[in-house]
Amino acid sequence: MIETLKVGIARGLIEFRHTLTNGQDLWGYFFPSFGLLITLFFMDDARVPGTNFSLGASTLPSSIGMLVAFGGLITIAQYLIVDREDGTLLRAKATPNGMNGYLIGKVVAVGGMTLASVLVVLVPGVFLVDGLQVDLGGVMTLIWLLPLAVVATVPIGAAIGSFFDNPRSFGLVMLPLFGLVAISGIFYPIAAMPGWLQGIAQIFPIYWLGLGMRSAFLPDAFAAVELGDSWRHLETLGVLAVWAVAGLALAPVLLRRMARRESGSAVAARRERAMNSMVR
Amino acid sequence: MALTGVLEGGTVVPTDERVIDVRDLRMRYGTKDVLTGVSFAARRGEVLALLGPNGAGKTTTIEILEGFRMRSSGEVSVLGVDPASAGEAWRARVGVVLQSWRDHGKWQVRELLGHLGAYYRRYAGPGRDRPWPVDDLLDVVGLTAAARTRVTRLSGGQRRRLDVAIGIVGRPDLLFLDEPTVGFDPEARREFHDLVHRLTDVDDTTILLTTHDLDEAEKLADRILILANGTIIADGSADELSRRVAGESEIRWTREGQRFVHSAENPTPFLRELLVQYGDAVTDLEVRRNSLEDTYMRLVHDFEGGRK
Repeated sequence: MIETLKVGIARGLIEFRHTLTNGQDLWGYFFPSFGLLITLFFMDDARVPGTNFSLGASTLPSSIGMLVAFGGLITIAQYLIVDREDGTLLRAKATPNGMNGYLIGKVVAVGGMTLASVLVVLVPGVFLVDGLQVDLGGVMTLIWLLPLAVVATVPIGAAIGSFFDNPRSFGLVMLPLFGLVAISGIFYPIAAMPGWLQGIAQIFPIYWLGLGMRSAFLPDAFAAVELGDSWRHLETLGVLAVWAVAGLALAPVLLRRMARRESGSAVAARRERAMNSMVR
Repeated sequence: MALTGVLEGGTVVPTDERVIDVRDLRMRYGTKDVLTGVSFAARRGEVLALLGPNGAGKTTTIEILEGFRMRSSGEVSVLGVDPASAGEAWRARVGVVLQSWRDHGKWQVRELLGHLGAYYRRYAGPGRDRPWPVDDLLDVVGLTAAARTRVTRLSGGQRRRLDVAIGIVGRPDLLFLDEPTVGFDPEARREFHDLVHRLTDVDDTTILLTTHDLDEAEKLADRILILANGTIIADGSADELSRRVAGESEIRWTREGQRFVHSAENPTPFLRELLVQYGDAVTDLEVRRNSLEDTYMRLVHDFEGGRK
């Protein structure tokens, strides 16, 4: 187990390095970050409606929550789909403990890239917006929130990725996810949404990750504009924990099913289909 | 003289020496029977070539043995274990080279072999050093110059050699090769054949390969299995198989600057006659029994004819 962990982490670091030295990959990872920075820049003087709080100061931590959720949910899922198509997963299956090593490596690589894309927003963002404040309480929040964020999103992302075996059908996942971002209080306070949308948003982890990040980076007075006038740490913990448990229960089953179905002819058939749809 | 039905017998391998032992393997997809009772065995250090027309069930058979596919019924034992439920220690003893891979494109050749080798470290045992040291392995497959090349930048032949290298990086006891030399130039093919001989002679590796190159099968394989319509229709060395098919031998010779060809079911009386008549005037004499290709075509054709 320790041995697999070591090989898996080594794998993750190698993939992390590959991404950092590949222009196309970097662009894919950092494009959303740049977009966020530009958005923050133009939010300059905007205020959270009905208050004197800077909208930018509220959006920055929210969007970090969103980046973390995207890293865990989408990136992992995309990797699984692409790696299944090109045979990387089959290779892992043909190697002793290869599947575990592969998954550990993915978590390390995606974790590293998510952290990097967060820093790309956070470091310049601090200079762009006023009113961010990280005190001891904020650091403590990050200490439990970040690992929980990983556990609540990565297994779900892996489950999604193992469910789709065609990169082109993955758009089906992306679309509702963007819709979810729109209603999750990332760019605009959730309190301004109709009640039923608030209800939907609070089922999913994106809202709670945004809220948790706001609680870590903003003065407590900002809690007044949140639902329930509070940071609701207990509820954040609860909802994310439910997602974590659901993900950890579901992901191994789906991953095993996916792994069981991998074979040379499955990879060949998938490639054939990909070629055909390109020709068409 | 048509040969109908299955050749009897096959090769008998004592039970305790069997690295692969397949009995009455059947596979059915929906209502289509792909394998209708495949039985064969392989002994340690043996090279088996699995031949057969496309769609005969070669890939299905290999994938079942590799543990990548569940069978419908029958008994399968590979390295003493049922591949359907084998664990990681079993996986470490098996090498797999599939028809085509496109994986790990961003990795450098040396980096990838080093990484994949690391998974085998804990499975080293007495008499089996694992993994294969990367530099030696690169040398063996002729990729030393490409060690730092990204996998996507390799030529087709280089990529194939990398696949073989990955297949043997764990120094497997049993190696599956699915059409290993497609895309090889003659020199690379020769080097690959040398590598196969080295694997079986030095490491006592058992090899099961599929190929459409009958020349290659004849050169490499100790034993040839012909799979047609989901069952093994022939099992034996190239020599044994050609003996089983009653065919005509071809006799070629030159006399007075002219080239002659004659076919005969039994070449001996004809040859005696020829030499008695012309003696030393006969030069460039060749007697060729059925080539493996002739045998193969005949067997498959007769089998399919017999079914109709």
